[in-house]
Amino acid sequence: MIALMACLLLLLIGLYAVVAKRNIIRIIIGFSLTEYAINLFFALVGFKKGALPPIVTDLAQTRNFVDPIPQALVLTAIVIGLSTTALMLALAMRVYEKYKTFDITEIRRLKG
Amino acid sequence: MDSRLLPLFVITPMLAAFLIPLLSKLWVRSADLLANLAGAVLLGLSALGSVALLGNSQPLIHRMGGWLPAFGITLVYDPLTAVVVLALNAVGVAALLYSVRYLDHYTGRWKFFTLFMLVLAGLNGVAITGDLFNLFVFMEIAAVASYALVAFGTDCDELEAGFKYMVIGEIGGLSILLAIALIYAKASSLNMAVVSQILAAQGQSPLFWFIIVLLLIGFAVKMAMVPFHAWLPDAHPSAPAPVSALLSGVFIKVLGVYAMARIAFNVFGLSRTSSPEFFNLLLGFGVLSIVAGGLLAYNQKDYKRLLAYSSISQVGYILVGFGIGNYWGVVGALFHILAHALGKGVLFLASGAVEHETGTRDLDKLAGLEKTMPATTWSHIAGSLSLSGVPPAAGFFSKLFLVVGAVSARMYWLAIIAALFSVVTLGYLTKVVNQSFFARPGATPTPAREAPATMVAAMLLLVVLSLLLGLGFKPMLDWFIGPAAQALTNGLDYARLVLGG
Repeated sequence: MIALMACLLLLLIGLYAVVAKRNIIRIIIGFSLTEYAINLFFALVGFKKGALPPIVTDLAQTRNFVDPIPQALVLTAIVIGLSTTALMLALAMRVYEKYKTFDITEIRRLKG
Repeated sequence: MDSRLLPLFVITPMLAAFLIPLLSKLWVRSADLLANLAGAVLLGLSALGSVALLGNSQPLIHRMGGWLPAFGITLVYDPLTAVVVLALNAVGVAALLYSVRYLDHYTGRWKFFTLFMLVLAGLNGVAITGDLFNLFVFMEIAAVASYALVAFGTDCDELEAGFKYMVIGEIGGLSILLAIALIYAKASSLNMAVVSQILAAQGQSPLFWFIIVLLLIGFAVKMAMVPFHAWLPDAHPSAPAPVSALLSGVFIKVLGVYAMARIAFNVFGLSRTSSPEFFNLLLGFGVLSIVAGGLLAYNQKDYKRLLAYSSISQVGYILVGFGIGNYWGVVGALFHILAHALGKGVLFLASGAVEHETGTRDLDKLAGLEKTMPATTWSHIAGSLSLSGVPPAAGFFSKLFLVVGAVSARMYWLAIIAALFSVVTLGYLTKVVNQSFFARPGATPTPAREAPATMVAAMLLLVVLSLLLGLGFKPMLDWFIGPAAQALTNGLDYARLVLGG
């Protein structure tokens, strides 16, 4: 329960940073936090108290394992998150070269 | 077609995306060749698949690696997938052909084609997968490549639009990921067919509706439904024209509308009779999109920005069709997916040809292009007539079916709004014709030449397909769109088709 609350807190901190911050780099950090909150939640979905890691050494023996599927999915989600963070940072660099600022309130040429 | 060929829908563009950077070191033009070849193979595959479905009530199913549906990834090619994949790859082929000469004033040819192939791989993957997490992965492949393509020009506007698009798009993506985690927590499976059976057995709890709301937020962002549309009028005009055609024509529909419809109807088993609230919500947002997009398009000075607002409005029509929720409403929505993909594809390609030749897309600065660019002008006019629903163009039939659906559901006001805003559509698209293509009194014609032959050929290809769709609406309806609409309205029957057999 405490872990789920921590997830929610992390999610809210991340979303706050994405929505309320003006600095592009802080927005990107907010994204990473949000993403990790969701990944953590996903990993917790498969968690069982007192269960063993899902490493099967003896097929005949049935033991109490945690669900391995969410862990595999979270690995994929982390890789996707890596690519989005990398692309966001690359875009941020190019934006800085053009506008000489990280402040999103000053990066406003498109409108209408 | 053998169902073992289904993975080729993803393998072909992925392989091309891998080979293009390698081979273009040897010969620059190999990028064009490989990309166009992959596009043609994809279109051929989708045609083969559609033919295989004719007179066959069983969808094509492939189990990746031979795993059982509850554990592995299942690829499903049913009539709905067939419609989406056909629209997607037809626009893809035209956009690729068009890119060959359009890219002359860009650097980094192979980067463009690699990213384009990744977008196609993602979109095809979303359309054929039968697994929820797999859907998310393909969605992110397509989305990340599209963020890079929007910023491809790397000028101030493109970068700003790309960053904005990326921030908003990723919020949608994360919302979908959270929803998928919750679905897994609830159903302990990710296969759409298995999940739909488990959810149907569990009944509608508050968590069930919370998941739907999260998914709806995610897909609303991807399809640029008003009020989640802020990124689209910046992102679509900033991309290179063939990418705009792909993004506006099919991307928002595959990632947003198709994925939402598939999950709402076939996985969650929602229907107008059992849960009218959801469908009324779609209707409300659909009408809001039609009205807001249509009115905002009217005052645009930028050619491509006008088309982008028009896309928001036309996606509203598709949403309204799903919101009506009966057979004819869904038929209208699916028909409009096809008609709008072809029509908006032509319009964005025409806008690209104008920008390519004159160097501007400001409608006030353009005049009298009809004399110098006749093929572009008439492609634009054909696209406009189709979109605004002038008979016998394709858009007319989609709107006709929508109105039939609205009237048979006794929503007369909806029929009136749909008819009224096709006049508005015609209004803003002919405004472009009057202002920029035909001679305007008091303005000197803009000097221009007709676009290169391959670009014209790409536009004409889409115009011809659009005409065929309009003239051949009866066979299209009987063979493709009708079965696709039934696949959706039959709801949970999807699970029986995928798991049985």
